[in-house]
Amino acid sequence: MKLKRNLLATLVAAACGLGATAAQAQVSDGVIKIGVMNDMSGLYADLTGPGSVVAARMAVEDFGAAAKGMKVEIVSADHQNKPDVGSTIARTWYDVDKVDAIADVPTSSVGLAVNQITREKGKVMLNSGTASSDLTGKACSPNTIHWTYDTWMLANGTGGAIVKSGGDTWFFLTADYAFGHALERDTEAVVVKNGGKVLGKVRTPFPGQDFSSFLLQAQASKAKVIGLANAGGDTTNSIKQAAEFGITKGGQSLAGLLVFLPDVHGLGLNTAQGLVLTETFYWDLNEQTRAWTKRFMAANNNKPPSMVHAGVYASVLHYLKAIEAAKTDDGTKVVAQMKAMPTDDPLFGKGTIRADGRKIHPAYLFEVKKPSESKYPFDYYKLRATIPADQAFRPMDQGDCPLVAKK
Amino acid sequence: MTEIFGVPTQALFGQLLIGLINGSFYALLSLGLAVIFGLLNIINFTHGAQYMLGAFVAYLMLTKLGIGYWWALLVSPVVVGATGVLIERFLLSKLYKLDHLYGLLLTFGLALIIQGLFRNEFGSSGQPYQIPSQLQGGQNLGFMFLPNYRAWIIVASLVVCLSTWYVIERTKLGSYLRAATENPQLVQAFGVNVPRMITLTYGFGVGLAALAGVMAAPVYQVSPQMGADLIIVVFAVVVIGGMGSILGAIVTGFGLGLIEGLTKVFYPEASSTVIFIIMVIVLLLRPAGLFGTQK
Repeated sequence: MKLKRNLLATLVAAACGLGATAAQAQVSDGVIKIGVMNDMSGLYADLTGPGSVVAARMAVEDFGAAAKGMKVEIVSADHQNKPDVGSTIARTWYDVDKVDAIADVPTSSVGLAVNQITREKGKVMLNSGTASSDLTGKACSPNTIHWTYDTWMLANGTGGAIVKSGGDTWFFLTADYAFGHALERDTEAVVVKNGGKVLGKVRTPFPGQDFSSFLLQAQASKAKVIGLANAGGDTTNSIKQAAEFGITKGGQSLAGLLVFLPDVHGLGLNTAQGLVLTETFYWDLNEQTRAWTKRFMAANNNKPPSMVHAGVYASVLHYLKAIEAAKTDDGTKVVAQMKAMPTDDPLFGKGTIRADGRKIHPAYLFEVKKPSESKYPFDYYKLRATIPADQAFRPMDQGDCPLVAKK
Repeated sequence: MTEIFGVPTQALFGQLLIGLINGSFYALLSLGLAVIFGLLNIINFTHGAQYMLGAFVAYLMLTKLGIGYWWALLVSPVVVGATGVLIERFLLSKLYKLDHLYGLLLTFGLALIIQGLFRNEFGSSGQPYQIPSQLQGGQNLGFMFLPNYRAWIIVASLVVCLSTWYVIERTKLGSYLRAATENPQLVQAFGVNVPRMITLTYGFGVGLAALAGVMAAPVYQVSPQMGADLIIVVFAVVVIGGMGSILGAIVTGFGLGLIEGLTKVFYPEASSTVIFIIMVIVLLLRPAGLFGTQK
């Protein structure tokens, strides 16, 4: 796609030109600028995309920035799930456009790249969309908060539940990039730890359309469980095609290791029913999440929030509170303040942020409802178990985070 | 059980069959592109978006009007083909005198606009579309379970491809078309309405894309970027087959589906790149493509 790249280069160049003039005209600390960077147009656009911008705006509003005399500006960009594109945007934002914090950043390969740049520049990454648990493991940074979920949590929640209910032989369909590899690694560890066995795995090009070939390989392995270490359109296509090829009818079950609400919506309950999945936020959890969702949907073309959107809201809110408390927008200091302060928001409740940057809150094991059980629009999940906050995420001493080892 | 390079032959048959199914889509889509390029000299970058439109028309017919798959198979290509006719009449026809690049830019821009509009309306997760009841279920072939719907794709695609080839290469209408691209003035002098013929040809090529879209709807999610994901591969298929060669597009479409299927077994990581590797090799050895002729 040379043409697309050339076009993009022109756009980036144009953006740089615009940014330069804007920067000269403003005092760098007069405004807090938050850049929402994610997949605005590809397979993750419903899980992250414009919805994350809506969530960030709501956080600024709910914080009451204007009333407190703080000027907060939200900008956004599309990283197209490409680390090189994401890195270029991050550098332009930090160096030229005086962006103070970058929020969301799904797609682990991009998230890890922006993590590194943010650290070099001493700014802030409020990560909600990245899945890889490396972000608070060996790649942890004093400038990054990893808010919503990670691969260890998913592996433990969904993977653990399935192994314990008898699914002890696994075959992985793994999206061939940082995220898939991390999710496969973390799930494999859970399977083996609980006495299960991994019979095989196949790395599928990302993003993919046709998974039938890989599904047949999984079928031939005779594994009881086919673990889908992928996300978004990759997951929905795998699930749909597994049904088509009679794989689920043949007795093998599918483990969607990362399934979001918009995926379930896209599949329809007929196909998705019975799927077990782990999330840290569901719109219908309680009064507060329902009230927030109502406002969110009104601003988001009537599409419901994913847990990534919720994470963007909550992390931006906490970031602004930390700036208010620390009386500075210096990236490293604000992140230290965010870790020192307990968190409190309507979506995740009260929580804390650990030294390695991991936000700690409960996780929920859900099962997708049958069509007959769904009573109103987006009534998709029933709660199977709540994983308490202290067990939901990887213990800090097992993550190999250099920040923690130093102490 | 006999094995080839550590893969049981039975499993290999299954993979080859799946390769053939994917090849059916490549063949259908590259056929439309080849017809358009061969007869109009337009590199139709909107093709992926038109394939997506085909699927969406089917989806909307089902959800808004309750009209099912079989009618969609007929109506959707006509509707989308008609939009193609409008695009040719009012936009593309202004560009024939200019360099190829302008047509490419126009169609690429159109594709981005159409995809953007649909993403805004329907989101990126995709909409479900059920397999028609007549084609649900499947056959146990011994070495694999072949869903009926996939078998239908192979058959339908072969029929459409071969009849298109026949019409263009073996009938009088086809000979007019081919003659009109060689020397439009001369053909017009014989009383043939060349501009109308070109408009209808573009509409037909676009209709083929929409047909592929309807056939893909039950297999993949109906999503705004379903075409964008596929179009690059399809362009590679056309280039390998030889730009504008009808037979080349069909044969390489199916052939590359098979090769891709095999790659998925032996080295899955490379399955999205193997077609481009072949493209490089073919272009080095035969710059006009496998079936193309040097002009």
